Amino acid sequence: MKELATEKHTKYILQIEKKTDNIESALTEHLRINGAYWGLTTLDILNNLKAVEQDAVVSWVLSCQHESGGFGGNTGHDPHLLYTLSAIQILTLFNKIQNLNIPKTSTYISNLQNKDGSFSGDQYGETDTRFSYLAICSLSLLKTLNKINVEKAVEFIVSCRNLDGGFGCTPGAESHAGQIFCCVGALAIVGCLHYVDKDLLGWWLCERQVKSGGLNGRPEKLPDVCYSWWVLSSLIMIDRVGWIDKERLVKFILECQDFENGGISDRPDDAVDVFHTYFGVAGLSLLEYTGLKAIDPAYALPVDVINRVFLE
Amino acid sequence: MDKDGRIPLGQRPEWSDIAPVPQDDGPNPVVPIAYSEEFAETMDYFRAVYLADERSLRALRLTTEAIHLNAGNYTVWQFRRVILESLNADLQGELEFVEHLASKNSKNYQLWHHRRWVAEKLGSESASRELEFTKNIFLNDAKNYHAWSHRQWVLQNLGGWEDELAYCDKLLEDDIFNNSAWNQRYFVITRHPGLGGIEGTRDSEVNYTIKSITKKPENESPWRYLRGLFKNNMESITKDPRVTSLCFKVLTSKVNCVFALSLLLDLILHGFEPTQDLKAALESLIPESTDSDSDSDVATRVCSVLEMVDPMRVNYWRWRKRSVTSHVEEGLGNLRVC
Repeated sequence: MKELATEKHTKYILQIEKKTDNIESALTEHLRINGAYWGLTTLDILNNLKAVEQDAVVSWVLSCQHESGGFGGNTGHDPHLLYTLSAIQILTLFNKIQNLNIPKTSTYISNLQNKDGSFSGDQYGETDTRFSYLAICSLSLLKTLNKINVEKAVEFIVSCRNLDGGFGCTPGAESHAGQIFCCVGALAIVGCLHYVDKDLLGWWLCERQVKSGGLNGRPEKLPDVCYSWWVLSSLIMIDRVGWIDKERLVKFILECQDFENGGISDRPDDAVDVFHTYFGVAGLSLLEYTGLKAIDPAYALPVDVINRVFLE
Repeated sequence: MDKDGRIPLGQRPEWSDIAPVPQDDGPNPVVPIAYSEEFAETMDYFRAVYLADERSLRALRLTTEAIHLNAGNYTVWQFRRVILESLNADLQGELEFVEHLASKNSKNYQLWHHRRWVAEKLGSESASRELEFTKNIFLNDAKNYHAWSHRQWVLQNLGGWEDELAYCDKLLEDDIFNNSAWNQRYFVITRHPGLGGIEGTRDSEVNYTIKSITKKPENESPWRYLRGLFKNNMESITKDPRVTSLCFKVLTSKVNCVFALSLLLDLILHGFEPTQDLKAALESLIPESTDSDSDSDVATRVCSVLEMVDPMRVNYWRWRKRSVTSHVEEGLGNLRVC
């Protein structure tokens, strides 16, 4: 079996940090903070976070905070929950959450809760269970979950549960592994996993494994390395990860590596990106691949980081 | 003029009064980004009008250019809506703008958010155009999650339910494996204001689903839909003879019987007594050379077959088998109490 090219991936991530003369960097300027979170967390799982200049990252992250308390995807951009969680995760990763104005950030997030318990992603509306996860995960890391109506938030998530045991973005929407991660993750964080039919959902999730060993996100869709994260982490949270063929999944992820220049792609022989590199490495960490730091399936941060937040 | 015919903003008279504002990557950028000239210039002018809160036609046109260069930027879209509102602009034109963009990239969150905003402003008269719009998206990508989400929102907020079940028929005719269409079918029968809900549609839907399963028994979606028609209530599904004969039919065909076996297992665990024919069909799935305990109860036998035909999920079926055993033991325990 192929092995994980740890050094190549480290190099690849550090090099995206510097390489800026391509079209991708321009197109992702507005979500640079997400990219930074993916890259930095991957480096930490690979035990190479020290290769990064911490202080510069932390001060840049803080510069992305808007007056409202939310974070933009980059300096001077409008705030959104998508970027706010990434900012909090990066600060948590570097143990620098004390540099953040926690009450202000928490207020921004809690103000996005709607009457039905759902969350909008920003002040302009649009609700989706993704935003429920972003809000709950953020506030939990800040230890300010008491700022929102958790009961209502849970009620909304549960209303998005389908008869196949999965969850969609809104009530009645098709089950999708990405949305399932968000719903299960949010419920796990607030201690409400009893609302999940674990056996039913576990079966649906293990049906996502296809012949190549990879996982898809919905029936009859192509496998994609990103589901190694969404599906696996959900299976772990509901304690059903033993139901898939782990060895074949490891093999699939390893086949999606670019052995020459580093990085991981969605499927074998496709172009790599930092997003799939994170999902591949994080997936391997969930599969207990040798030499990797363990990652927490709900918070999407290394377990030692989460322990530092909640145990120390 | 650029090689593609674009005149740089700096050379256009209408922008001569504006001083562009460059991106501030912070004093010590971690990731200094070198943008293309066109992109950088457009964004520099955008920042200038945005900071000055200039809600003008030229600012609107500028957001069009910026969105064409990068449709993923939240800030640009938001400011576009602010301008549209201030100018009381023609929203029909806005629909065309979104349709044009969607023909290039229909998986962009901002685009759908914007479309919903426009449709909400236009109200129920826009229902049919919105349904048509998503229909066009489905021609190329029948599982587009954004488009489905939009379509469900339109039905619930603007109406247009009348032909929705027929539309599901059509999509499933095109691709019987389309899980999104199966989900939509469930959405329709549970939420359509005039169909009488699950109870009102169950009978005909069971027939429809059984027909679909018979065509492609390996198709996960209709099997789950079938369970959904009974709200996952195994006691009531067990009472429908059409379901048990479906399982028999699929089993005797001897191919693609994972989902039939799985449903049969649940039926048996909820009191269904398999006939001799069904048991024989089950036994015929086990190769003769296999060393297996033919004395074990029928639910356990089902699990053994599943372990064989679905090796990738062997651990799941083994777990099911163990719970069958504990299920039986529980039953025996109850007997002793009696």
